[in-house]
Amino acid sequence: MDQTNIKDKIRAFVRDKTKQPNLADDEDFFQKGFVNSLFAMQLVLFVEKEFQLRVGDDDLVLENFNSTNAISALVERKLAAGGADSQT
Amino acid sequence: MELETAQLAAQDEFRLFVDRHVAPFADDFDDRGQVPGELITALGTGGYLGANIAREHGGRAMDAITGGLLCEQVGRGSCSLLSLLVVHGMVAHVLARWGSEVQQKQWLPKLASGETLAAFALSEPEVGSDAGSVKTSAVLDQGWFTLNGTKKWTSFGLRANLYLVFARCGSRVAALLVERETPGLSVSPVSTMSGFKAAQMACLEFKDCRVPESQLIGRVGFGLSHIAGSGLDYGRHCVGWGGLGLAQACLDASLAYAARRVQFGKPLKEHPLIQEMLANMFTNIKAARALCWQEARLRHAANPQMILDGAVAKYFTSRIAVQAASDAVQIHGANGFSRDYPIQRYYRDAKVLEVIEGSSQIHQMMIARNIS
Ligand SMILES: Cc1cc2nc3c(=O)[nH]c(=O)nc-3n(C[C@H](O)[C@H](O)[C@H](O)COP(=O)(O)OP(=O)(O)OC[C@H]3O[C@@H](n4cnc5c(N)ncnc54)[C@H](O)[C@@H]3O)c2cc1C
Repeated sequence: MDQTNIKDKIRAFVRDKTKQPNLADDEDFFQKGFVNSLFAMQLVLFVEKEFQLRVGDDDLVLENFNSTNAISALVERKLAAGGADSQT
Repeated sequence: MELETAQLAAQDEFRLFVDRHVAPFADDFDDRGQVPGELITALGTGGYLGANIAREHGGRAMDAITGGLLCEQVGRGSCSLLSLLVVHGMVAHVLARWGSEVQQKQWLPKLASGETLAAFALSEPEVGSDAGSVKTSAVLDQGWFTLNGTKKWTSFGLRANLYLVFARCGSRVAALLVERETPGLSVSPVSTMSGFKAAQMACLEFKDCRVPESQLIGRVGFGLSHIAGSGLDYGRHCVGWGGLGLAQACLDASLAYAARRVQFGKPLKEHPLIQEMLANMFTNIKAARALCWQEARLRHAANPQMILDGAVAKYFTSRIAVQAASDAVQIHGANGFSRDYPIQRYYRDAKVLEVIEGSSQIHQMMIARNIS
């Protein structure tokens, strides 16, 4: 899966869940208060299912999750490191 | 909605276990305010305490539907006992999901066997629904967290030897494992409750209680969103299915009583206004079961939609359980209040389902925010 494809999927998910159809890829949706209490776990499950990855305790850094760009970068890093078992 | 052969066999096994060891004694548990130790041992031996723990750690690794069936049967027998499976399972789920390899190896086998019982300590005397405002503090210094504060309503806190504690670390929330014997932690009973009476609820007081940094689950700042978030998601799954069991118990008891009790020359079940209650109970249970199935199937597939559907199932099931219990009391008349029948317990316990793992109002807000 190429970089554009990854970002497209993440953008669609994030815009749908935050109900922000014009959310920019670098916008911090946590800081802007666009997310609700269910979103954090929905996002983790989405990333794992969509990209066949395992998000683990080592990945729990806000900078991995707070924007479309950040999540794309995390996914790319993990895919490059070997997918399923990788915990960057 | 067809069960696979193995799920059917598991359902029979759970039903038998509850019929033999739980349901006939559940009112005695309430009277004594506790569940007997032998029953908890039996839960461990049967693999029920390790329902959601991987086989490599000694658990039974039940799929989401089988786990749901277990909660349904236990909820039918005793909601107090159900709450043990809920909180213990929440901590196991959190460890499996976010624990380090070392933490998993240290705790999951003990949780699976029942050697260690775990409890979930989020609520405080002044903090309930607004969990982001927890006041218990955790200060990190040279590899140790120092905890100060009070947790309340910790189910099975009197029995547990491991607590998952949520504490404020500056402006962020951390989740920490705290062992029962840690100096600075004192555990006392919460005064008698009227629902979940045998859940051995505790108040935990932390006074300069020092916990090594290695007991932190995940990272500081993710305590609520990810750690409590995944625990509560699992808890809602269990409570939804457990509520289904409780509602079913109300229907079963009401059908039997309405067939037996004769007024105005015919059994209650032949009076149209009683039939209305029975029909509504039956219909609501069918609807709740469909929602529980749906969320379990999504959970089985690790579909992100499971989080919202789990909340919907818990919200709906707890509501219809309250209605079913209320109608069951109505159908039983004075006997509905009597210790000779389990109906009074169903009624007291059902309302708790609307408060725990997020109240009905909190669920309505979560659902509304996710759909609009
Ligand atoms: C039997 C039992 C077992 C429990 N076990 C545990 C446990 O093991 N671990 C643990 O941490 N906690 C446990 N709890 C505590 C439980 O999680 C809390 O009771 C629950 O979160 C609600 O908090 P509260 O009771 O402080 O009510 P509050 O948060 O004070 O709410 C009171 C009422 O106001 C409503 N309300 C609150 N905010 C709003 C709003 N914004 N809009 C509309 N209505 C609102 C609530 O729905 C509720 O009806 C248990 C409770 C019970 C009864």
